[in-house]
Amino acid sequence: MVRKLLLVLLTAMLVIGAATAQVADRRPLQFRDAAEEARFRDLTHELRCVMCQNQSIADSEALIAVDLRREILQLMREGRSDDEIRRFLVDRYGQFVLYKPQVEPSTWLLWFGPVLVLLAGGGVVWHVVRDRARNRGDVPVATDDGGEW
Amino acid sequence: MTRARWIPLAVFGLLAVLLAAGVWLSRKPNREALPSPLIGKPAPEFALPSLHQPDRIVRATDLRGAPYVLNVWGSWCPACREEHPVITRFAETKRVRVIGYDFKDARDDALRWLEQFGNPYWLVVADEAGNTAIDFGIYGAPETYLIDAGGRIRWKHVGPLTDAIIADELLPQLKALETERGA
Repeated sequence: MVRKLLLVLLTAMLVIGAATAQVADRRPLQFRDAAEEARFRDLTHELRCVMCQNQSIADSEALIAVDLRREILQLMREGRSDDEIRRFLVDRYGQFVLYKPQVEPSTWLLWFGPVLVLLAGGGVVWHVVRDRARNRGDVPVATDDGGEW
Repeated sequence: MTRARWIPLAVFGLLAVLLAAGVWLSRKPNREALPSPLIGKPAPEFALPSLHQPDRIVRATDLRGAPYVLNVWGSWCPACREEHPVITRFAETKRVRVIGYDFKDARDDALRWLEQFGNPYWLVVADEAGNTAIDFGIYGAPETYLIDAGGRIRWKHVGPLTDAIIADELLPQLKALETERGA
């Protein structure tokens, strides 16, 4: 009697759970051959999941990522090139979807900033070292006076 | 010699300004929202069934002639429930058509949700598979678009609408549209 009640309760929970879920097609994607799978994997690893923004489209289990993976495979099969697929996504979701943003005036600071900072830092170090080297004659060199150190 | 002494302070000052700029730039509560690249571009030419009459297909061209607000929602989305009273109040002002876009939702669930909470929409289109949503750059719910009479996307908001957002962002855009057409 108790077991039957539990069974009814469990079934009810399952039904209610499903009733408030998004319509999801989480069937795993079928690839035609290894080359297609390799291309798909490379492409989806370079693209950011727009919902879980710290994961790639390849890794994310968010529903939009599942949908986008299917869409990308569809586009690949339609004969679109990798660039065309990237453009397709950038047109709809913006530059943020690419892990490698395009090098254009709006992203110059992003691409070249670190190098500039490194050069500036290097310049400062060079200056300091040169000044120290120039002044070295004024500073007496410590002599070995037989101490512990 | 004394001039060089100020360099570390200057570097610290520069860093402080940089960090403060970073903090100020991420002041918005929904900083993960992706800005839409479709602003100013024509909305996708969609053809979706009406939720209430599935054999009636609604096309983007059918809706031209007057601006409309497209509100993306789903019965599975808790934030959409929060947003619902705000949408209802806004739709009741009858300022502009508010069209519902039922995203990745089973028809029965959507109908039940509307029955339970009320249907503020002039029309509800259903995108169960989510393919048209990709063309819109939709990635979750709730999201809201303002589309003008010619079918161009003018404004997008990701996240639940509030009365403040409607007053500060949506209504000025709407006013701008109306003056454009008047002129």
